[in-house]
Amino acid sequence: MQIDLRTVTIKPLRHTFDNIARRIGADKPASRYQEGTLDMQQEANYHYRPTWDPDHLIYDRDRSAIRMADWYSFKDPRQFYYGAYTIARAKQQDTAEANFDFVENRGLAATLPDEIRDTVLALLIPLRHVAWGANMNNAAVCAYGYGTAFTQPCIYHAMDQLGIAQYLTRVGLLLGDVDSLDAAKQAWMEDDTWQGLRRYVEDTLVLRDPFELFVAQNVALDGLLYPLVYETIIDDVLSAKGGTPVAMLTQFMTDWHAETRKWIDATVKTAAAESAGNKTVLADWIVQWRDRAAAALLPVSRIALGERADELTTEIVQQFNARMAKAGVPL
Amino acid sequence: MDMQVAKKKLGLKERYAVMTRGLDWTPSYQKMEDIYPYVAYEGIKIHDWDKWEDPFRLTMDAYWKYQAEKERKLYAIIDAFNQNNGHLNVTDARYINAVKLFISGISPLEYVAHRGFAHAGRAFPGPGPRVACLMQSIDEIRHAQTQVHSISNYNKYYNGMHDFHHAHDRVWFLSVPKSFFDDALTAGPFEFMVAIGFSFEYVLTNLLFVPFVSGAAYNGDMGTMTFGFSAQSDEARHMTLGLEVIKFILEQDPANVPIVQRWIDKWTWRGYRVLTLVAMMMDYMLPKRTMSWKEAWEIYFEENGGALFKDLARYGITMPKCAGQIALEKDHLSHQAWSTFYNYAAAANFHTWMPDDDEMKWLASKYPDSFDKLYRPRYRFWREQAAKGNRFYSKTLPMLCQVCQIPMVFTEPGEPTKTCYREVDYRDDKYHFCSDHCKKIFEDEPEKYTQAWLPVHQIYQGNCFPEGTDPTVEGFDPLAEVLKFYNLEHGRDNLDFEISEDRKNFAEWRGQATRNI
Amino acid sequence: MSTVFIALQTNEETRQVIEAIVQDNPDAVVNEQPAMVKIDAQDRLVIRRETIEELIGRPFDLQELQVNLITMTGNLDQTDDEMVLYWNA
Repeated sequence: MQIDLRTVTIKPLRHTFDNIARRIGADKPASRYQEGTLDMQQEANYHYRPTWDPDHLIYDRDRSAIRMADWYSFKDPRQFYYGAYTIARAKQQDTAEANFDFVENRGLAATLPDEIRDTVLALLIPLRHVAWGANMNNAAVCAYGYGTAFTQPCIYHAMDQLGIAQYLTRVGLLLGDVDSLDAAKQAWMEDDTWQGLRRYVEDTLVLRDPFELFVAQNVALDGLLYPLVYETIIDDVLSAKGGTPVAMLTQFMTDWHAETRKWIDATVKTAAAESAGNKTVLADWIVQWRDRAAAALLPVSRIALGERADELTTEIVQQFNARMAKAGVPL
Repeated sequence: MDMQVAKKKLGLKERYAVMTRGLDWTPSYQKMEDIYPYVAYEGIKIHDWDKWEDPFRLTMDAYWKYQAEKERKLYAIIDAFNQNNGHLNVTDARYINAVKLFISGISPLEYVAHRGFAHAGRAFPGPGPRVACLMQSIDEIRHAQTQVHSISNYNKYYNGMHDFHHAHDRVWFLSVPKSFFDDALTAGPFEFMVAIGFSFEYVLTNLLFVPFVSGAAYNGDMGTMTFGFSAQSDEARHMTLGLEVIKFILEQDPANVPIVQRWIDKWTWRGYRVLTLVAMMMDYMLPKRTMSWKEAWEIYFEENGGALFKDLARYGITMPKCAGQIALEKDHLSHQAWSTFYNYAAAANFHTWMPDDDEMKWLASKYPDSFDKLYRPRYRFWREQAAKGNRFYSKTLPMLCQVCQIPMVFTEPGEPTKTCYREVDYRDDKYHFCSDHCKKIFEDEPEKYTQAWLPVHQIYQGNCFPEGTDPTVEGFDPLAEVLKFYNLEHGRDNLDFEISEDRKNFAEWRGQATRNI
Repeated sequence: MSTVFIALQTNEETRQVIEAIVQDNPDAVVNEQPAMVKIDAQDRLVIRRETIEELIGRPFDLQELQVNLITMTGNLDQTDDEMVLYWNA
């Protein structure tokens, strides 16, 4: 029997799940972000301690020095749950694909001045390893952090960084070939230019506090690297010298950074606003990792900026400081 | 520049290799064992991570594209289902109890899988398995969320699901699925992969998703069918990962074989015990049945698992030892489980009922060797009692198995009228088990399983009453207090389906749709 | 002999994919179940891009199968041109 059920008006018994109602009130339906995020992680009565970390519970607030009364105070301003996230990325991917096609089909890679192409290969391709480290680090924050509001965006971020590493690989294959990837990896492993940055990445891979790792990777390193490489060097300096096609190939990264920093800033802001203690811990971490990141990026930026590297890096550090002050952590 | 030389186009495998493992490097500023601290202690020997064969070779661009397509479709259907009061199209309101079981028992596990694969996806030194695990991690949060989003609309109209996160961490029978996944997640990363990636995903999830979801479709639940099949499309990738992991570990070193065999034995049994809930859903909770638990077990475990273990025989892996006992139990499992929940309906977050005559006929035809002889007389008696106003609700607490945490209701293999008990003395305590297999699992790792948070013990210790409860006052009703602690409302969330608000509302709402008032 | 199988959702997109699979695996058995189609074959099942493309009249990437895939069994080997499910034993 097929009945026309649309004609039935029935009053729901409740608008959402109790855990959501306890947080937002029982009188209204919840968003998909809220229902997919709030209290998703188990909270109590774990059965066994991890054999790989017997000093902690499965999910344990004590893995971090950051203290929160409620780890669901964090909110992703993009309100990403999986569906919203993948659909957003699929759209960006369409644009990126169109850009790659445009550059490829019109042979624009071949029109690049040699100097620009060499600079791009030398600068961008080793960065695929940095993105790979960022993938690992965000996986770790997701795995060992506390509360879905904090950890969920990290798995998206981890996969984004893998995507970025893969876009950079495609840039390498488009402007060069498989040998260019090998050459870049060799530079990453051996050239002095890259050793500071590689050491930075490897040092973050052993961090155990998930929030410190979030700061070292997402706040400090990417907070300097993206404005420096994608906004300043590619979109600005190289574009002025005929490198616009490269800017098309890295548009994803530029847009992505503009989007994700809103979430990163919101996270820092919420943690800092929680307590003076958090603010102090955050400021210490940010300063320490910012200084290391700035020092590690300086030789890398020289590849494209030459003598202007110091001046522009300093400028970017200043912008970063202003950004952190706005997020509630004056440095 | 002059003529551009046409570049060689990379094939799928080469392209995927530069897109994943090409990104990795051997560190020199930090030691491998500090970057990957969890990979050695289980005793699994890996000599060459490069031997890893990637199963599906999805790069992120393709991943986003196809997953977004799935999500668009899924949410369009959920929206339509909700807008049209699709819940009133299910065969009857009894079906919705299967949905309650799903969201409180299964969906939270999807979330744990998400975190577990993030952990595994960080822990392995090999870039190939790391990427595959992370892709599974993000898929699993998808499953948790699409289930919550699909079932959200049911929660608006029906009882029992309103505080499912809270319930999952506390309600007695939900400790069965919860402890299963806690067990896997607290094991080392290799065991986690064998437990979840292989034993659960490859050997057992077909039993959960395919017949059950097909059953949802059959019962008019488009919402569940859609998320179920949509999740299952990811499962196909996960299953392939599970199989690759096993083959990879086994190929790396012969010393790995006995370790892996022990894990397969353990996790097939652990997973099978959790599927008790599924057996009961299939045989009792779907008003229109598609196939019996026994048939599903025969197709998806005996036939398909048989082919799998034949394939793995070349490594020296054999069919899990528990398969023999499971074969003996398949005529009894769902009936014994349903009888238990029928008894404990006062303490659960869903309703139970006695099957009607047609359903008994179906059960008898599917279980010719057991149903008429053992279970029909029992049900007939309970039905008569209920008709006389004596619907029985057990209010005493059952003894639980220390490992699977299911009440000790199962019978001796081959002796379906004799309850099976096993026990072990360890340190100063006595531990109880439902079977030789659970007992063996305990004996292999007593330090782990003595930690179990057993709901019945916890209730007796006074840990499952609302704060400030005084159990010494006159008229203290322990069940009532435990229900408060569970945040379940007596008379609405529990008891028999026949007297439930769900049944009454469903009939009324359906009535509105078919009459002109 | 062991059975390998693949199951797909029943819809407009999979109709021709299933036809292609049947063409390439003449001994395969097609089981129609509620909302899904399960295709069983002995030891080996191959899905060819070209056959699908001929039937649907447009380029097809085998990874598109992901969207409508429900389950499968057997070892998997996938290239740009074909996807093979097989048992060794």
